[in-house]
Amino acid sequence: MSATINCDIAVVGGGLVGAAIAYGLAGRGLKPVVVDEGDVAYRASRGNFGLIWVQGKGLGFDAYARWTRLSSEIWGDFAQELQDVTGVDVAHRRPGGLEVCVDDAEYQERAEELHRLSEQTPGFEYELLDPAALRALVPGLSEALPGGAYCPHDGHANPLYLLRALHEGITRKGGRYLPEGPVSAITPDGAGFALTTRAGRLRAERVVVTAGLGSKALASEVGLDAPVYPNRGQILVTERVTPFLELPTAYLRQTAEGSLQLGDTHEDVGLDDGTTSAAMKAIAARAVKSFPFLESVRLVRAWGALRVMTPDGAPIYDASERHSGAFLATCHSGVTLAAVHAIPLAAWIAGADPPPEVRSFSAERFHVQTAA
Amino acid sequence: MFKPLPDSRSGCVTLTIDGQSLSVFEGQSVAAAVLAAGLASCRTTVVSGSPRLPYCMMGLCFDCLMEIDGVPNCQACLVEVREGMVVRRQQGRRGLQP
Amino acid sequence: MTDLYDLAVVGAGPAGLAAATTGAEQGLRTVVIDEQASPGGQIYRGLERSPLAEPGFLGPDYQRGAVLLERFRAQDVEIIDRSSVWQVTPECEVAVTREDRVRFLRARRVLIATGAQERPCPIPGWTLPGVMAAGAGQILMKAAALVPDGRVVLAGAGPLLWLVAWQYVRAGAHVVAMLETVTNTARRAALRHLPRAIGAPDYLIKGIELMRTVRRAGVRHVTTVTGLRALGDENVKAVAYCNGGTWRELTCDLLLLHQGVVPNLQITRALGCAHDWDQAQLCWRPRLDAWGNSSLPGIAVAGDGGGIVGAIAAEKRGELAGLEAAHRLGTLSAAKRDRLAKPLQAEIRRHTRIRPFLDALYRPAAVFRSPPDETIVCRCEEVTAGEVRHLADLGCQGPNQTKAFSRCGMGPCQGRMCSLTVSEVLAEALSRPVEEVGAYRVRPPIKPVTLGALAAADLEEFASDDHGHEQPP
Repeated sequence: MSATINCDIAVVGGGLVGAAIAYGLAGRGLKPVVVDEGDVAYRASRGNFGLIWVQGKGLGFDAYARWTRLSSEIWGDFAQELQDVTGVDVAHRRPGGLEVCVDDAEYQERAEELHRLSEQTPGFEYELLDPAALRALVPGLSEALPGGAYCPHDGHANPLYLLRALHEGITRKGGRYLPEGPVSAITPDGAGFALTTRAGRLRAERVVVTAGLGSKALASEVGLDAPVYPNRGQILVTERVTPFLELPTAYLRQTAEGSLQLGDTHEDVGLDDGTTSAAMKAIAARAVKSFPFLESVRLVRAWGALRVMTPDGAPIYDASERHSGAFLATCHSGVTLAAVHAIPLAAWIAGADPPPEVRSFSAERFHVQTAA
Repeated sequence: MFKPLPDSRSGCVTLTIDGQSLSVFEGQSVAAAVLAAGLASCRTTVVSGSPRLPYCMMGLCFDCLMEIDGVPNCQACLVEVREGMVVRRQQGRRGLQP
Repeated sequence: MTDLYDLAVVGAGPAGLAAATTGAEQGLRTVVIDEQASPGGQIYRGLERSPLAEPGFLGPDYQRGAVLLERFRAQDVEIIDRSSVWQVTPECEVAVTREDRVRFLRARRVLIATGAQERPCPIPGWTLPGVMAAGAGQILMKAAALVPDGRVVLAGAGPLLWLVAWQYVRAGAHVVAMLETVTNTARRAALRHLPRAIGAPDYLIKGIELMRTVRRAGVRHVTTVTGLRALGDENVKAVAYCNGGTWRELTCDLLLLHQGVVPNLQITRALGCAHDWDQAQLCWRPRLDAWGNSSLPGIAVAGDGGGIVGAIAAEKRGELAGLEAAHRLGTLSAAKRDRLAKPLQAEIRRHTRIRPFLDALYRPAAVFRSPPDETIVCRCEEVTAGEVRHLADLGCQGPNQTKAFSRCGMGPCQGRMCSLTVSEVLAEALSRPVEEVGAYRVRPPIKPVTLGALAAADLEEFASDDHGHEQPP
């Protein structure tokens, strides 16, 4: 058991959300201590698809749409800084993104959604594509597809290298990474918080709970509500292929190494991160339906990733009123929002005024709905 | 690197490796035929372009990946030679024809 | 089409063949799935369709397999050959690819008999063309009648290394040297097991005879080699070895490496079976009861895949597994199973008596389990041991994190060639036991399958679990 560690701010959970915030805090002169679990944990960050996706997000939630767009706009500079600081290239690309629709119903639905989004959130751009336009953008797409949509705000990155870069960055900027999770208790003690970890105790003036699916219990100890639940997405990855697809699509993207990532599902199966033959077949079928020339490409791995889902799919950011200095941050788009987590959100946690969108993400919004 | 022992095989098949025609004993794997033919490599790696030859001969190491009859990334140690087979070295990542 | 079998056996090596034969003898509808064109696994590879005019030089142990194969063929068990099993589910659904077509088999019980693989032998330069696993050299003899035509050096430790040297010498190959990495510590430790090993005299005598024949043929035997490097630019030209503190070089055209065999765990890992670390054999093995039942109902393991026992014991364990399958599926009473099992269990004890001695003597030296920084540990993605150690410094606690951060283990072999090494490197870097550090998470497909074949696969919808699975006893 190590002696109690004292620090100005503790970040509970070193996944994409916690690591981005900690990186931002370290960049602002604080000395965050990130407490992370070990090699085998739910780790939504390891299952992430890697999209930086604006298209379709935040319909009915304008703040979410704007927050997502902001992140996408500043992501490029964020990636450059990460590379300058750590030497890790997270393969950020922003060529825009494509939705490829496989049937008419899907196409109609998408067209309607995007139209409503552009009315709701000024500045949101997109373009509907008929089959000819679609094939002009992506040669080899099936001729039987009804169409799709292009959005210039979208992009992608390597989620694993992003996490690696953030971890390196935290350390280089003076923070600490402690793989001594899980944190079993957070006890407010008036002047700060006492955390009990696997290896000992940690005392922090402030604490940020970013523990993904583990946030619920910990958040309640500091007067916060984290109504998160798991939602499984199955993903397939193929052998490496020479580059042919620059544009990421919602269900298929080609990584910088050349492998293809295919998705996905939305399943309510509790904490089961396994895969099913039916889903694997369905994902493969969709890919081959859209890109017939992919039928000879080999799948090498499949996995289930447990998204950290909230009741409306948008993030939760909260500062505890009962226990000043305790914060909560959670979302399922850890890659998309990494830039805003590292910059404006970290600034808020460090003491700056909250970005205008942040108040909209309080968990209070769920209580209001229940009351109504 | 390898030579055949006096053996009981009677048949031979003709195949091509990177366009070069070769007569090889039937019943063996493509990987074995490549080794018997004395090729310097069966593929180059995706990361650094380094040459490789088969390592384990039992389907575990994936170092024997070759293009066989137009299909890239086949484990050559698991494919038996056939008359008229067209074999090519796997140069790095496989390609695609959209 | 999904078919329902009583027993699906994955792997047609000694354990799989014996289990399938016994299962069929007991009236079970049995199927065997194997990757090769003919059965026999690796140890009896090529027996049925041998390209050799005179396979006798391979030794009498090889011929043993003929009896086993005859019994198997006599039962007329269905065998699906040239096929890769890429998934087994806890519901006993087996996904098979054959000639780019996917088929899902259903069984009431699945026996994993995929045997062993060679332990990875990461030394600097081991990825050079012309460096191969010793077992590969043996497979080339059995399955393709090929022997080296230049200078061969064998390096490492283990009975297989001596067997290959002996076979090569008898076949007229030019074996320049045997660079043996057995440590003095291991020799001393093995001596403690010698009394028990003397209870297995035929194994000891065979071993001594092999070594004598090889040395008499002029093969230089260098002992207590503490370092190895394969040298060359585009292919291996020489091997450097350290012995008594001095590095020397031997020119060679072929370098065969060996550090023993370990269970092939891809399927049991992907299934989520429980595994335990075996400190004597320095590898993981699935947790099994005396009958080969794994931690998952309906899933059993037999042969070297459950822990290294050798070909004969593997065969007997296969027979036991066949009896157990019949018992669990209701066609054999426990009493009758126990009666039939007794002589098998005695055979197993007899043929595993030598194991503690062999495991101790041939325990791989630390430098080959956790190699120098510049050594490539992940052959597919070309990640070095040094990079893995750097990630440990960064805070990575295990192989899944290092994999995520470096691609080490993400290539086509999906960790088969690097899993043990990475776990050992991390254990050393973190000063923690290997069993605590853990191993790669293995996921399906455990062999690649094309998107087209998967998309076209016929998958019946199972409304409920009504396959008539075996009931717990």
